[in-house]
Amino acid sequence: MVEVRWHGRGGQGAWTASNLVAMAAMFDGKHVQSFPAFGPERSGAPIVAFTRISDEPIEIHSMVYEPDIVIVLDPTLLKNVRVVEGLKKGGFVIVNYEGPGEKLYKALGVEKGVYRVYKVPATKLALEILKRPITNTALIGAFIKATGLVSLEGIEKALRERFPGPLAEKNMFLIKKSMELAEEV
Amino acid sequence: MVYGMPRIPPEKQILKALNGDEAVAYAVKQSLVDVVAAYPITPQTIIVEKFSEFVADGEVHTEFVPVESEHSAMSTVVGAAAAGARAFTATAANGLALMWEILYIAASLRLPIVMAVANRALSAPINIHCDHSDAMGMRDSGWVQLFVENSQEAYDTVIQAFRIAEDPDVLLPVAVNLDGFFLSHTLENIRMLPDEAVHEFLGGYRDASKVKVKVDYFEEPVPLMLNPARPLSFGPLDLYDYYFEHKMHQVEAMKRVPEVVRRVHDEYAELSGRRYGDGVLVPYAVEDADIIITVLGSSGGTVRSVVKKMRERGVKVGTVRIRMFRPFPHRELAEILKGAKVVAVMDRAISFGSYGPSFLEINTALYPLREKPLLVNYVYGLGGRDLPPGDVEKMIEELVEIARRGEVEERLRFIGVRA
Repeated sequence: MVEVRWHGRGGQGAWTASNLVAMAAMFDGKHVQSFPAFGPERSGAPIVAFTRISDEPIEIHSMVYEPDIVIVLDPTLLKNVRVVEGLKKGGFVIVNYEGPGEKLYKALGVEKGVYRVYKVPATKLALEILKRPITNTALIGAFIKATGLVSLEGIEKALRERFPGPLAEKNMFLIKKSMELAEEV
Repeated sequence: MVYGMPRIPPEKQILKALNGDEAVAYAVKQSLVDVVAAYPITPQTIIVEKFSEFVADGEVHTEFVPVESEHSAMSTVVGAAAAGARAFTATAANGLALMWEILYIAASLRLPIVMAVANRALSAPINIHCDHSDAMGMRDSGWVQLFVENSQEAYDTVIQAFRIAEDPDVLLPVAVNLDGFFLSHTLENIRMLPDEAVHEFLGGYRDASKVKVKVDYFEEPVPLMLNPARPLSFGPLDLYDYYFEHKMHQVEAMKRVPEVVRRVHDEYAELSGRRYGDGVLVPYAVEDADIIITVLGSSGGTVRSVVKKMRERGVKVGTVRIRMFRPFPHRELAEILKGAKVVAVMDRAISFGSYGPSFLEINTALYPLREKPLLVNYVYGLGGRDLPPGDVEKMIEELVEIARRGEVEERLRFIGVRA
């Protein structure tokens, strides 16, 4: 079983991203769970969502404490949230980040070699393609590139189920673009 | 036990990613429900939000009645069910509390209403998260109460609930409890039966004319339903002359419930391929267990996953999920628990000044045994406090110690709460 923790701010679509990845994994034949760390839904407040993906039916219904993958939708969160909390050794950290790799390591407060760190200019991509700073699908692209845990076909199916035609197209384009630009640092 | 292929194999079932609330809404949609009444704002669930979309899109024939309170929602489904309709409502927390008076009326008028409860804590302080305080407040009202572990089971159980409620041997309302947020807001894989399979399983629309009663002023028995052509009174004045006898009817009806729950669950399992124990209790690794943990709802899976891990380490521990809380399966549970050294009863609710509600039941269940296991009550998860697997592990370690010492000092214990 793989466990993913999403960090975002209310309105950036962290829960939606978690749902899309879960749906994609389901279409790929996996068992899934997706849920937010439930609080009052305030725009801009730090929020957390979780995805579980497994070959077996998932029995557990608690929050995720030791994720395999952490995804950060908003770089400003790095200042006040320790996003790598509980992350398994060798796990992935995928961040919406435009600066140099060393600065990202510093912002995360981790040494090189403990985790696999990826960055992607998600805000820039979202503004270019969606004309809005909704970074969730850009991070899905980086997630697919880094981990290969869900298929492009699966995510395309999930997008089509979730969004009306043109919006699904745009987001699919965004995901592919993000896969090109995401890089391990 | 080996079972044959289900009549509808998995690949013929519709695969969807749904949260527990949506899964319930789809089950209601497929169940040919005539009337849904609900209070449409907080503490309402996504269940009726989703269902109202089906109504607006013309996908169901249901009369949807948005009412001004939960008291009215329950009153509306009481009227609808008395008129012969298949009626459904959903609520949570304080909404359920506001229905309280009418819950008793629904049960004593023997109306086969189905209600989904997304279990949430009661105020104060204000809290929107999961515990079982709301459901435990209605345990004496005469409703059948089922608790589910995941969203798939929520879907399956709502369909079964209509069959159980409407069974002529039962004729009681059924509440299907799913944990707020842990199930209601968690997206999971759901396999849905095709519409026709659900229709066939339910025998089509509700046919209230199947149950007939003899009354003085008609020569022939008449259908038990409101009908201007054959007027009947429901719930008139009934003092010390007959009230007690009518209560005895409810006592007797409840006795017939477990068998019907099992039969309906079996039939559904043959159709869908999905089983939840025998429909009443879901035991795991209990045969040789020294320690057995009982639990309700979504925590059942969390506990089972830790039990599996502890078994690998050689700890003789098992667990039973209680799927049917009312009527309570005292004898069946005693049969499972009797060989254990320690039984830990987990409750996501507390009766202030006493213990957790299922602890009281299990004491009652075990009292007739000549040799009784030690009993401990663990109250956990109030107001949505999470139950991490690590806490379950710690509890099991404590139970191993209790089994070794052979005595319990403090019977009421709390998990995951600050000192």
